[in-house]
Amino acid sequence: MTITARPDASGNPPGTGAPEGGSPAGPAATADPRIRDGCLVPEVIRAEFPILATATSTGKPLVYLDSASTSQKPQAVIDALDTYYREYNANVHRGIYEIGERSTAAYEAARVKVARFINAPDAHEIVFTRNATEAINLVAYAWGRQSIGRGDVIVLTEMEHHANLVPWQLLVQERDGDLEFIPITDDGILRLDVFEVLLRLRPKLVAFTHVSNTLGTINPVAEMTRMAHEAGALVLIDGAQAVPHVPVDVGAIDADFYVFSGHKMLAPTGSGALWARRELLESMPPFLAGGEMIREVHLRRSEWNEIPWKFEAGTPDIAAEIGLGAAADYLRTLGMGRVRDHERELLEYALPALAAAHPDLALYGPMDPAIRGGVVPFNVPGVHPHDVAQVLDRSGVAVRAGHHCTMPLHERLDLPATARASFNVYTTRTDIDALIAGIAEVKRVFGV
Amino acid sequence: MDDLYRDYILEHYRRPHNFGVLEHANASHEGANPLCGDRITLQLRLADGKIAAVGFTGRGCAISQASASLLTDEIKGKPVVDAAALTSQDVLDLLGIDISPARLKCALLSLETLQRALAEAGTGARMEAQV
Repeated sequence: MTITARPDASGNPPGTGAPEGGSPAGPAATADPRIRDGCLVPEVIRAEFPILATATSTGKPLVYLDSASTSQKPQAVIDALDTYYREYNANVHRGIYEIGERSTAAYEAARVKVARFINAPDAHEIVFTRNATEAINLVAYAWGRQSIGRGDVIVLTEMEHHANLVPWQLLVQERDGDLEFIPITDDGILRLDVFEVLLRLRPKLVAFTHVSNTLGTINPVAEMTRMAHEAGALVLIDGAQAVPHVPVDVGAIDADFYVFSGHKMLAPTGSGALWARRELLESMPPFLAGGEMIREVHLRRSEWNEIPWKFEAGTPDIAAEIGLGAAADYLRTLGMGRVRDHERELLEYALPALAAAHPDLALYGPMDPAIRGGVVPFNVPGVHPHDVAQVLDRSGVAVRAGHHCTMPLHERLDLPATARASFNVYTTRTDIDALIAGIAEVKRVFGV
Repeated sequence: MDDLYRDYILEHYRRPHNFGVLEHANASHEGANPLCGDRITLQLRLADGKIAAVGFTGRGCAISQASASLLTDEIKGKPVVDAAALTSQDVLDLLGIDISPARLKCALLSLETLQRALAEAGTGARMEAQV
Protein backbone atom coordinates (compact mmCIF):
# COMPACT_ATOMS: atom_id res chain seq x y z
CA MET A 1 0.00 0.00 0.00
CA THR A 2 1.25 3.48 -0.70
CA ILE A 3 0.28 6.81 0.72
CA THR A 4 -1.02 9.29 -1.76
CA ALA A 5 -2.03 12.80 -0.93
CA ARG A 6 -4.60 14.60 -2.94
CA PRO A 7 -3.26 17.57 -4.86
CA ASP A 8 -2.85 20.69 -2.83
CA ALA A 9 -5.39 22.70 -4.79
CA SER A 10 -8.12 21.92 -2.23
CA GLY A 11 -6.44 23.81 0.55
CA ASN A 12 -2.71 23.64 0.78
CA PRO A 13 -1.60 26.64 2.78
CA PRO A 14 1.21 28.90 1.70
CA GLY A 15 4.65 28.29 3.15
CA THR A 16 5.44 29.72 6.53
CA GLY A 17 8.26 31.71 5.03
CA ALA A 18 5.89 34.07 3.27
CA PRO A 19 5.76 37.46 4.99
CA GLU A 20 1.99 37.60 4.55
CA GLY A 21 -0.12 34.50 4.91
CA GLY A 22 -2.45 34.05 1.96
CA SER A 23 -6.03 32.95 2.24
CA PRO A 24 -6.37 29.19 2.27
CA ALA A 25 -9.69 29.51 0.54
CA GLY A 26 -8.66 29.85 -3.05
CA PRO A 27 -6.56 31.38 -5.75
CA ALA A 28 -7.69 34.92 -4.99
CA ALA A 29 -4.85 35.60 -2.57
CA THR A 30 -6.38 38.28 -0.41
CA ALA A 31 -4.49 39.34 2.69
CA ASP A 32 -5.15 37.09 5.67
CA PRO A 33 -6.74 39.29 8.37
CA ARG A 34 -5.27 36.99 11.04
CA ILE A 35 -1.78 38.23 10.21
CA ARG A 36 -0.74 41.87 10.39
CA ASP A 37 2.83 43.13 9.86
CA GLY A 38 4.05 39.55 10.09
CA CYS A 39 2.42 39.05 13.49
CA LEU A 40 -0.62 37.06 14.53
CA VAL A 41 -3.73 39.04 15.42
CA PRO A 42 -5.21 36.93 18.20
CA GLU A 43 -8.38 39.05 18.39
CA VAL A 44 -9.18 37.95 14.82
CA ILE A 45 -8.04 34.37 15.38
CA ARG A 46 -10.31 34.07 18.43
CA ALA A 47 -13.36 34.51 16.25
CA GLU A 48 -12.53 31.18 14.58
CA PHE A 49 -12.85 29.33 17.91
CA PRO A 50 -16.58 29.10 18.70
CA ILE A 51 -16.07 28.18 22.35
CA LEU A 52 -14.24 31.43 23.04
CA ALA A 53 -17.41 33.35 22.24
CA THR A 54 -19.31 31.57 25.01
CA ALA A 55 -19.82 32.84 28.53
CA THR A 56 -19.37 30.93 31.76
CA SER A 57 -22.33 30.30 34.08
CA THR A 58 -21.49 33.47 36.01
CA GLY A 59 -21.99 35.46 32.80
CA LYS A 60 -18.30 36.28 32.48
CA PRO A 61 -16.62 35.62 29.13
CA LEU A 62 -14.46 32.51 29.08
CA VAL A 63 -10.79 33.35 29.59
CA TYR A 64 -9.17 30.06 28.67
CA LEU A 65 -5.63 29.82 30.02
CA ASP A 66 -5.30 26.03 30.17
CA SER A 67 -4.12 25.28 26.65
CA ALA A 68 -1.15 23.23 27.87
CA SER A 69 -3.74 20.80 29.18
CA THR A 70 -5.78 20.79 25.99
CA SER A 71 -6.30 23.41 23.32
CA GLN A 72 -9.55 24.76 21.96
CA LYS A 73 -10.57 23.85 18.41
CA PRO A 74 -11.04 26.18 15.43
CA GLN A 75 -14.10 25.97 13.19
CA ALA A 76 -11.91 24.43 10.44
CA VAL A 77 -11.21 21.40 12.65
CA ILE A 78 -14.80 21.11 13.83
CA ASP A 79 -15.90 21.26 10.17
CA ALA A 80 -13.48 18.47 9.25
CA LEU A 81 -15.11 16.20 11.85
CA ASP A 82 -18.59 17.26 10.86
CA THR A 83 -18.01 16.74 7.14
CA TYR A 84 -16.50 13.30 7.72
CA TYR A 85 -19.49 12.09 9.74
CA ARG A 86 -22.08 13.73 7.52
CA GLU A 87 -20.63 12.94 4.11
CA TYR A 88 -18.18 10.05 4.04
CA ASN A 89 -18.13 8.11 7.32
CA ALA A 90 -16.71 4.71 6.33
CA ASN A 91 -13.91 2.49 7.51
CA VAL A 92 -10.47 2.99 6.01
CA HIS A 93 -8.50 0.58 3.82
CA ARG A 94 -11.50 -1.72 3.37
CA GLY A 95 -14.47 -0.36 1.49
CA ILE A 96 -14.59 -0.86 -2.28
CA TYR A 97 -17.13 1.89 -2.58
CA GLU A 98 -17.07 5.61 -2.98
CA ILE A 99 -17.25 6.88 0.60
CA GLY A 100 -14.82 4.16 1.75
CA GLU A 101 -12.31 5.31 -0.82
CA ARG A 102 -12.90 8.90 0.20
CA SER A 103 -12.34 8.20 3.91
CA THR A 104 -9.16 6.25 3.13
CA ALA A 105 -7.87 9.09 0.96
CA ALA A 106 -8.66 11.70 3.62
CA TYR A 107 -7.07 9.62 6.39
CA GLU A 108 -3.89 9.11 4.39
CA ALA A 109 -3.88 12.73 3.27
CA ALA A 110 -3.91 13.68 6.97
CA ARG A 111 -0.80 11.55 7.43
CA VAL A 112 0.95 13.46 4.65
CA LYS A 113 -0.11 16.78 6.20
CA VAL A 114 1.24 15.74 9.58
CA ALA A 115 4.51 14.54 8.03
CA ARG A 116 4.92 17.83 6.21
CA PHE A 117 4.05 19.79 9.35
CA ILE A 118 7.00 18.36 11.31
CA ASN A 119 9.15 18.02 8.17
CA ALA A 120 9.31 14.24 8.32
CA PRO A 121 11.02 13.01 5.17
CA ASP A 122 8.54 10.17 4.56
CA ALA A 123 4.85 9.97 5.50
CA HIS A 124 5.26 6.21 6.05
CA GLU A 125 7.24 7.15 9.16
CA ILE A 126 4.12 8.68 10.77
CA VAL A 127 2.17 6.23 12.93
CA PHE A 128 -1.17 7.58 14.10
CA THR A 129 -1.79 7.08 17.82
CA ARG A 130 -4.41 8.28 20.30
CA ASN A 131 -1.98 10.75 21.87
CA ALA A 132 1.65 11.19 22.92
CA THR A 133 1.16 8.82 25.85
CA GLU A 134 0.15 5.97 23.55
CA ALA A 135 3.04 6.75 21.21
CA ILE A 136 5.57 6.50 24.05
CA ASN A 137 3.99 3.28 25.28
CA LEU A 138 4.24 1.93 21.73
CA VAL A 139 7.99 2.59 21.67
CA ALA A 140 8.53 1.31 25.22
CA TYR A 141 6.71 -1.91 24.36
CA ALA A 142 7.75 -2.63 20.79
CA TRP A 143 11.27 -1.18 20.70
CA GLY A 144 12.00 -1.39 24.42
CA ARG A 145 11.23 -5.04 24.99
CA GLN A 146 13.56 -6.18 22.25
CA SER A 147 16.30 -3.64 22.96
CA ILE A 148 16.55 -3.22 26.73
CA GLY A 149 18.13 -6.01 28.76
CA ARG A 150 19.63 -6.54 32.19
CA GLY A 151 21.65 -3.54 33.33
CA ASP A 152 20.83 -1.42 30.28
CA VAL A 153 20.42 2.27 31.08
CA ILE A 154 17.72 4.69 29.93
CA VAL A 155 18.36 8.37 30.65
CA LEU A 156 15.36 10.63 31.34
CA THR A 157 15.09 14.06 32.99
CA GLU A 158 13.66 15.38 36.24
CA MET A 159 11.12 17.48 34.31
CA GLU A 160 9.33 14.68 32.44
CA HIS A 161 5.56 14.39 32.28
CA HIS A 162 4.46 11.10 33.82
CA ALA A 163 3.78 9.89 30.25
CA ASN A 164 7.52 9.94 29.54
CA LEU A 165 8.44 8.39 32.87
CA VAL A 166 6.03 5.63 33.90
CA PRO A 167 6.27 3.58 30.64
CA TRP A 168 10.07 3.45 31.15
CA GLN A 169 9.64 2.48 34.81
CA LEU A 170 7.51 -0.47 33.70
CA LEU A 171 10.03 -1.41 31.01
CA VAL A 172 13.11 -1.42 33.26
CA GLN A 173 11.20 -3.31 35.96
CA GLU A 174 10.36 -6.01 33.44
CA ARG A 175 13.77 -6.08 31.72
CA ASP A 176 15.92 -5.44 34.80
CA GLY A 177 17.31 -2.23 33.37
CA ASP A 178 18.11 1.08 35.06
CA LEU A 179 16.86 4.66 34.86
CA GLU A 180 19.05 7.73 35.29
CA PHE A 181 17.88 11.33 35.35
CA ILE A 182 19.31 14.59 34.07
CA PRO A 183 18.79 17.03 36.96
CA ILE A 184 17.52 20.59 36.57
CA THR A 185 18.70 23.89 37.99
CA ASP A 186 16.38 25.72 40.40
CA ASP A 187 14.96 27.77 37.55
CA GLY A 188 14.18 24.67 35.54
CA ILE A 189 17.02 24.31 33.05
CA LEU A 190 18.54 20.90 32.28
CA ARG A 191 22.07 20.35 33.57
CA LEU A 192 23.85 19.35 30.37
CA ASP A 193 27.13 19.01 32.28
CA VAL A 194 25.56 16.17 34.27
CA PHE A 195 24.02 14.77 31.08
CA GLU A 196 27.52 14.47 29.67
CA VAL A 197 28.57 12.44 32.70
CA LEU A 198 25.46 10.20 32.47
CA LEU A 199 26.28 9.46 28.83
CA ARG A 200 29.43 7.70 30.01
CA LEU A 201 27.09 4.96 31.25
CA ARG A 202 26.48 4.24 27.54
CA PRO A 203 22.67 4.40 27.77
CA LYS A 204 20.60 2.60 25.15
CA LEU A 205 18.05 5.40 25.04
CA VAL A 206 17.76 9.02 26.09
CA ALA A 207 14.16 10.30 26.34
CA PHE A 208 13.29 13.90 27.15
CA THR A 209 10.65 16.51 26.64
CA HIS A 210 11.10 19.19 23.99
CA VAL A 211 9.17 21.79 26.01
CA SER A 212 8.33 21.34 29.71
CA ASN A 213 4.58 21.23 30.31
CA THR A 214 5.04 22.67 33.80
CA LEU A 215 7.84 25.22 33.53
CA GLY A 216 7.77 26.00 29.82
CA THR A 217 11.50 25.35 29.42
CA ILE A 218 12.46 24.84 25.77
CA ASN A 219 15.22 22.26 25.84
CA PRO A 220 18.15 22.32 23.37
CA VAL A 221 16.89 19.16 21.69
CA ALA A 222 19.21 19.16 18.66
CA GLU A 223 22.29 19.56 20.84
CA MET A 224 21.08 16.89 23.28
CA THR A 225 20.34 14.53 20.40
CA ARG A 226 23.82 15.02 18.98
CA MET A 227 25.37 14.34 22.41
CA ALA A 228 23.28 11.19 22.87
CA HIS A 229 24.09 9.89 19.39
CA GLU A 230 27.80 10.43 19.94
CA ALA A 231 27.46 8.18 23.00
CA GLY A 232 25.66 5.55 20.93
CA ALA A 233 22.17 6.10 22.41
CA LEU A 234 18.90 6.41 20.55
CA VAL A 235 16.76 9.48 21.29
CA LEU A 236 13.03 9.84 21.95
CA ILE A 237 11.60 13.33 22.22
CA ASP A 238 8.22 14.11 23.80
CA GLY A 239 6.95 16.92 21.61
CA ALA A 240 3.47 17.23 23.13
CA GLN A 241 4.15 20.82 24.27
CA ALA A 242 6.38 21.73 21.34
CA VAL A 243 4.54 20.82 18.14
CA PRO A 244 1.64 23.20 18.92
CA HIS A 245 3.91 26.12 19.83
CA VAL A 246 7.30 26.14 18.09
CA PRO A 247 8.48 25.18 14.59
CA VAL A 248 9.46 21.50 14.75
CA ASP A 249 11.70 19.95 12.12
CA VAL A 250 12.33 16.31 13.01
CA GLY A 251 14.85 16.04 10.19
CA ALA A 252 16.95 18.87 11.60
CA ILE A 253 16.65 17.67 15.21
CA ASP A 254 17.78 14.26 13.97
CA ALA A 255 16.16 12.28 16.80
CA ASP A 256 15.03 8.66 16.41
CA PHE A 257 11.53 8.89 17.86
CA TYR A 258 9.37 12.02 18.15
CA VAL A 259 5.86 11.90 19.64
CA PHE A 260 3.03 14.37 20.08
CA SER A 261 -0.70 14.68 20.80
CA GLY A 262 -3.25 16.23 18.49
CA HIS A 263 -5.54 17.63 21.14
CA LYS A 264 -2.96 20.16 22.36
CA MET A 265 -2.45 21.47 18.80
CA LEU A 266 -6.05 22.47 18.01
CA ALA A 267 -6.96 18.95 16.82
CA PRO A 268 -9.57 16.58 18.30
CA THR A 269 -8.91 14.39 21.32
CA GLY A 270 -7.96 10.88 20.27
CA SER A 271 -5.48 12.03 17.63
CA GLY A 272 -1.71 11.97 17.83
CA ALA A 273 1.37 10.60 16.19
CA LEU A 274 4.67 8.82 16.53
CA TRP A 275 7.38 9.70 14.06
CA ALA A 276 10.28 7.28 13.91
CA ARG A 277 12.99 6.41 11.43
CA ARG A 278 11.80 3.92 8.84
CA GLU A 279 14.45 1.32 9.68
CA LEU A 280 13.53 1.46 13.37
CA LEU A 281 9.82 1.04 12.66
CA GLU A 282 10.59 -1.85 10.32
CA SER A 283 12.76 -3.58 12.92
CA MET A 284 10.15 -3.28 15.68
CA PRO A 285 7.54 -5.96 16.36
CA PRO A 286 3.88 -4.85 16.46
CA PHE A 287 2.42 -3.13 19.53
CA LEU A 288 -1.30 -3.88 19.39
CA ALA A 289 -2.47 -6.83 17.35
CA GLY A 290 -5.65 -7.36 15.39
CA GLY A 291 -7.12 -6.20 12.11
CA GLU A 292 -5.42 -3.73 9.79
CA MET A 293 -1.92 -4.44 11.13
CA ILE A 294 -1.62 -7.76 9.28
CA ARG A 295 -0.83 -8.81 5.73
CA GLU A 296 -1.77 -12.46 6.05
CA VAL A 297 -3.39 -14.32 8.90
CA HIS A 298 -3.39 -18.08 9.29
CA LEU A 299 -4.70 -19.94 12.27
CA ARG A 300 -1.26 -20.31 13.86
CA ARG A 301 0.79 -17.48 12.40
CA SER A 302 0.46 -14.11 10.72
CA GLU A 303 2.54 -11.73 8.64
CA TRP A 304 2.63 -8.06 9.44
CA ASN A 305 1.49 -5.24 7.27
CA GLU A 306 3.97 -2.62 6.05
CA ILE A 307 4.73 0.42 8.17
CA PRO A 308 2.97 2.47 9.39
CA TRP A 309 -0.13 0.26 9.29
CA LYS A 310 1.72 -2.51 11.18
CA PHE A 311 1.26 -0.28 14.24
CA GLU A 312 -2.35 0.73 13.66
CA ALA A 313 -4.37 -2.29 14.74
CA GLY A 314 -8.13 -2.02 14.68
CA THR A 315 -10.27 0.76 13.30
CA PRO A 316 -8.47 4.00 14.16
CA ASP A 317 -10.07 7.28 15.22
CA ILE A 318 -10.49 8.21 11.58
CA ALA A 319 -12.32 11.49 12.12
CA ALA A 320 -9.85 12.65 14.78
CA GLU A 321 -6.81 11.99 12.59
CA ILE A 322 -8.48 13.77 9.67
CA GLY A 323 -9.07 16.61 12.14
CA LEU A 324 -5.38 16.48 13.04
CA GLY A 325 -4.56 17.02 9.39
CA ALA A 326 -6.91 20.00 9.33
CA ALA A 327 -5.25 21.41 12.46
CA ALA A 328 -1.80 21.01 10.90
CA ASP A 329 -3.03 22.91 7.84
CA TYR A 330 -4.54 25.61 10.05
CA LEU A 331 -1.28 26.11 11.95
CA ARG A 332 0.76 26.05 8.74
CA THR A 333 -1.36 28.89 7.41
CA LEU A 334 -0.67 30.91 10.51
CA GLY A 335 3.00 29.96 10.35
CA MET A 336 4.67 28.26 13.27
CA GLY A 337 7.36 30.93 13.45
CA ARG A 338 4.62 33.51 13.97
CA VAL A 339 2.89 31.28 16.52
CA ARG A 340 6.14 31.07 18.48
CA ASP A 341 6.69 34.85 18.22
CA HIS A 342 3.13 35.51 19.41
CA GLU A 343 3.49 33.33 22.50
CA ARG A 344 6.92 34.72 23.27
CA GLU A 345 5.53 38.26 23.13
CA LEU A 346 2.71 37.25 25.47
CA LEU A 347 5.28 35.82 27.87
CA GLU A 348 7.35 39.00 27.64
CA TYR A 349 4.20 40.89 28.56
CA ALA A 350 2.87 38.49 31.20
CA LEU A 351 5.93 37.84 33.37
CA PRO A 352 6.75 41.49 34.20
CA ALA A 353 3.06 42.45 34.38
CA LEU A 354 2.29 39.68 36.88
CA ALA A 355 5.35 40.55 38.95
CA ALA A 356 4.52 44.26 38.91
CA ALA A 357 0.87 43.81 39.88
CA HIS A 358 1.60 41.11 42.45
CA PRO A 359 5.16 41.42 43.79
CA ASP A 360 4.46 38.63 46.29
CA LEU A 361 3.54 36.15 43.53
CA ALA A 362 5.89 33.16 43.26
CA LEU A 363 6.80 32.54 39.60
CA TYR A 364 8.68 29.43 38.50
CA GLY A 365 10.64 28.41 35.43
CA PRO A 366 13.28 30.14 33.33
CA MET A 367 12.80 33.92 33.27
CA ASP A 368 14.40 34.21 29.82
CA PRO A 369 11.54 34.11 27.26
CA ALA A 370 14.04 33.00 24.59
CA ILE A 371 14.14 29.52 26.14
CA ARG A 372 10.58 29.35 27.36
CA GLY A 373 7.20 28.54 25.87
CA GLY A 374 3.89 30.12 26.90
CA VAL A 375 3.56 28.38 30.24
CA VAL A 376 3.37 30.36 33.51
CA PRO A 377 3.33 28.34 36.74
CA PHE A 378 2.76 30.40 39.87
CA ASN A 379 1.66 30.40 43.49
CA VAL A 380 -0.14 33.01 45.55
CA PRO A 381 1.54 32.89 48.97
CA GLY A 382 -0.83 31.62 51.63
CA VAL A 383 -3.39 30.27 49.18
CA HIS A 384 -3.45 26.72 47.88
CA PRO A 385 -3.40 26.53 44.04
CA HIS A 386 -6.76 24.74 44.04
CA ASP A 387 -8.32 27.66 45.84
CA VAL A 388 -6.58 30.05 43.45
CA ALA A 389 -8.07 28.19 40.49
CA GLN A 390 -11.50 28.05 42.13
CA VAL A 391 -11.66 31.78 42.74
CA LEU A 392 -10.26 32.51 39.25
CA ASP A 393 -13.02 30.31 37.83
CA ARG A 394 -15.61 32.66 39.31
CA SER A 395 -14.03 35.37 37.14
CA GLY A 396 -14.30 33.12 34.11
CA VAL A 397 -10.55 32.47 34.13
CA ALA A 398 -9.64 28.81 33.56
CA VAL A 399 -6.20 27.73 34.80
CA ARG A 400 -4.82 24.37 35.85
CA ALA A 401 -4.02 23.66 39.49
CA GLY A 402 -2.19 20.65 40.85
CA HIS A 403 0.98 18.85 39.88
CA HIS A 404 0.32 18.83 36.10
CA CYS A 405 1.41 15.17 35.84
CA THR A 406 4.94 16.11 36.95
CA MET A 407 5.04 14.96 40.57
CA PRO A 408 8.83 14.34 40.61
CA LEU A 409 9.45 17.85 39.27
CA HIS A 410 7.25 19.36 41.99
CA GLU A 411 9.11 17.25 44.56
CA ARG A 412 12.42 18.51 43.18
CA LEU A 413 11.21 22.12 43.52
CA ASP A 414 9.71 21.31 46.94
CA LEU A 415 6.22 22.41 45.88
CA PRO A 416 3.09 20.41 46.71
CA ALA A 417 1.33 21.97 43.73
CA THR A 418 1.23 25.01 41.47
CA ALA A 419 -1.33 26.96 39.49
CA ARG A 420 -0.51 27.22 35.80
CA ALA A 421 -1.61 29.60 33.05
CA SER A 422 -0.74 28.60 29.49
CA PHE A 423 -1.18 30.21 26.09
CA ASN A 424 -2.09 29.38 22.53
CA VAL A 425 -2.68 31.21 19.24
CA TYR A 426 -5.96 32.68 20.51
CA THR A 427 -4.56 34.04 23.78
CA THR A 428 -4.56 37.84 24.11
CA ARG A 429 -3.10 40.40 26.48
CA THR A 430 -6.67 40.94 27.64
CA ASP A 431 -6.66 37.33 28.88
CA ILE A 432 -3.52 38.03 30.88
CA ASP A 433 -5.04 41.22 32.28
CA ALA A 434 -8.06 39.15 33.38
CA LEU A 435 -5.68 36.74 35.13
CA ILE A 436 -3.96 39.61 36.92
CA ALA A 437 -7.32 41.03 38.04
CA GLY A 438 -8.45 37.54 39.06
CA ILE A 439 -5.39 37.08 41.26
CA ALA A 440 -6.25 40.37 42.99
CA GLU A 441 -9.68 38.89 43.73
CA VAL A 442 -8.05 35.72 45.11
CA LYS A 443 -5.99 37.85 47.47
CA ARG A 444 -9.07 39.85 48.50
CA VAL A 445 -11.09 36.70 49.31
CA PHE A 446 -8.26 35.15 51.28
CA GLY A 447 -7.11 38.38 52.88
CA VAL A 448 -3.50 37.93 51.85
CA MET B 1 -18.77 34.47 44.92
CA ASP B 2 -18.27 33.73 48.56
CA ASP B 3 -20.81 30.94 48.87
CA LEU B 4 -17.75 28.65 48.87
CA TYR B 5 -15.18 30.73 50.73
CA ARG B 6 -17.44 31.91 53.52
CA ASP B 7 -15.89 33.67 56.47
CA TYR B 8 -16.09 30.68 58.78
CA ILE B 9 -14.48 28.41 56.17
CA LEU B 10 -11.60 30.84 55.75
CA GLU B 11 -11.41 31.23 59.53
CA HIS B 12 -11.04 27.44 59.95
CA TYR B 13 -8.45 27.45 57.16
CA ARG B 14 -6.37 30.23 58.69
CA ARG B 15 -6.70 29.07 62.30
CA PRO B 16 -7.65 25.40 62.19
CA HIS B 17 -8.99 23.89 65.39
CA ASN B 18 -7.23 20.86 66.87
CA PHE B 19 -4.18 21.53 64.69
CA GLY B 20 -0.97 20.04 65.99
CA VAL B 21 0.74 16.83 66.98
CA LEU B 22 -1.17 14.86 69.61
CA GLU B 23 0.75 13.31 72.50
CA HIS B 24 0.00 9.66 73.35
CA ALA B 25 -2.12 8.99 70.31
CA ASN B 26 -3.22 5.37 69.87
CA ALA B 27 -4.75 5.63 66.41
CA SER B 28 -3.57 7.61 63.41
CA HIS B 29 -3.53 7.74 59.65
CA GLU B 30 -1.93 9.89 56.97
CA GLY B 31 -4.35 10.62 54.13
CA ALA B 32 -3.42 12.25 50.85
CA ASN B 33 -5.25 13.51 47.83
CA PRO B 34 -2.69 12.84 45.10
CA LEU B 35 -4.56 14.97 42.60
CA CYS B 36 -3.92 18.25 44.35
CA GLY B 37 -1.36 17.42 47.00
CA ASP B 38 -3.68 17.82 50.00
CA ARG B 39 -2.25 15.94 52.94
CA ILE B 40 -3.67 15.29 56.42
CA THR B 41 -2.26 13.30 59.33
CA LEU B 42 -5.01 12.60 61.83
CA GLN B 43 -4.19 11.38 65.33
CA LEU B 44 -6.64 10.05 67.90
CA ARG B 45 -6.46 9.08 71.53
CA LEU B 46 -9.15 6.49 72.14
CA ALA B 47 -10.20 5.69 75.70
CA ASP B 48 -13.28 3.97 77.14
CA GLY B 49 -14.92 3.74 73.72
CA LYS B 50 -14.62 7.48 73.22
CA ILE B 51 -12.43 9.83 71.26
CA ALA B 52 -10.69 11.41 74.22
CA ALA B 53 -8.48 13.67 72.13
CA VAL B 54 -7.83 14.46 68.48
CA GLY B 55 -5.25 16.37 66.52
CA PHE B 56 -4.27 16.84 62.92
CA THR B 57 -1.44 18.23 60.88
CA GLY B 58 -1.09 18.73 57.16
CA ARG B 59 -1.30 21.15 54.33
CA GLY B 60 -3.69 21.61 51.50
CA CYS B 61 -6.47 23.74 50.12
CA ALA B 62 -8.91 25.74 52.22
CA ILE B 63 -11.66 23.16 51.76
CA SER B 64 -9.58 20.19 52.91
CA GLN B 65 -8.14 22.02 55.91
CA ALA B 66 -11.45 23.59 56.99
CA SER B 67 -13.10 20.20 56.66
CA ALA B 68 -10.48 18.64 58.96
CA SER B 69 -10.89 21.46 61.45
CA LEU B 70 -14.69 21.10 61.53
CA LEU B 71 -14.63 17.31 61.62
CA THR B 72 -12.15 17.11 64.49
CA ASP B 73 -14.35 19.53 66.46
CA GLU B 74 -17.31 17.30 65.73
CA ILE B 75 -15.78 14.01 66.91
CA LYS B 76 -13.95 15.27 69.97
CA GLY B 77 -15.36 13.51 73.06
CA LYS B 78 -17.81 11.46 71.01
CA PRO B 79 -18.25 7.69 71.27
CA VAL B 80 -16.08 5.93 68.68
CA VAL B 81 -19.15 4.22 67.20
CA ASP B 82 -20.75 7.59 66.51
CA ALA B 83 -17.59 8.94 64.87
CA ALA B 84 -17.32 5.78 62.81
CA ALA B 85 -20.91 6.18 61.65
CA LEU B 86 -20.36 9.67 60.18
CA THR B 87 -21.21 9.81 56.49
CA SER B 88 -20.00 11.92 53.61
CA GLN B 89 -23.23 13.89 53.83
CA ASP B 90 -22.58 14.62 57.52
CA VAL B 91 -19.26 16.21 56.60
CA LEU B 92 -20.77 18.19 53.73
CA ASP B 93 -23.42 19.41 56.19
CA LEU B 94 -20.69 20.45 58.62
CA LEU B 95 -19.03 22.46 55.84
CA GLY B 96 -22.39 23.96 54.90
CA ILE B 97 -21.27 25.03 51.43
CA ASP B 98 -21.92 23.77 47.93
CA ILE B 99 -19.04 21.53 46.92
CA SER B 100 -18.52 20.96 43.21
CA PRO B 101 -17.71 17.40 42.11
CA ALA B 102 -14.11 18.42 41.41
CA ARG B 103 -13.64 19.44 45.05
CA LEU B 104 -15.41 16.52 46.75
CA LYS B 105 -12.13 14.71 47.31
CA CYS B 106 -10.79 17.79 49.11
CA ALA B 107 -13.90 18.05 51.27
CA LEU B 108 -13.95 14.37 52.23
CA LEU B 109 -10.25 13.74 52.75
CA SER B 110 -10.60 14.29 56.50
CA LEU B 111 -13.46 11.79 56.79
CA GLU B 112 -11.63 9.21 54.72
CA THR B 113 -8.56 9.68 56.91
CA LEU B 114 -10.66 9.33 60.09
CA GLN B 115 -12.28 6.15 58.84
CA ARG B 116 -8.93 4.64 57.94
CA ALA B 117 -7.45 5.59 61.30
CA LEU B 118 -10.37 3.95 63.11
CA ALA B 119 -10.27 0.88 60.85
CA GLU B 120 -6.55 0.44 61.43
CA ALA B 121 -7.15 0.75 65.17
CA GLY B 122 -9.56 -2.17 64.84
CA THR B 123 -12.76 -0.39 65.68
CA GLY B 124 -14.65 -1.87 62.74
CA ALA B 125 -15.40 1.47 61.14
CA ARG B 126 -16.87 1.34 57.68
CA MET B 127 -15.03 2.75 54.71
CA GLU B 128 -17.63 5.11 53.57
CA ALA B 129 -15.99 8.22 52.21
CA GLN B 130 -15.41 6.85 48.75
CA VAL B 131 -15.91 9.50 46.13
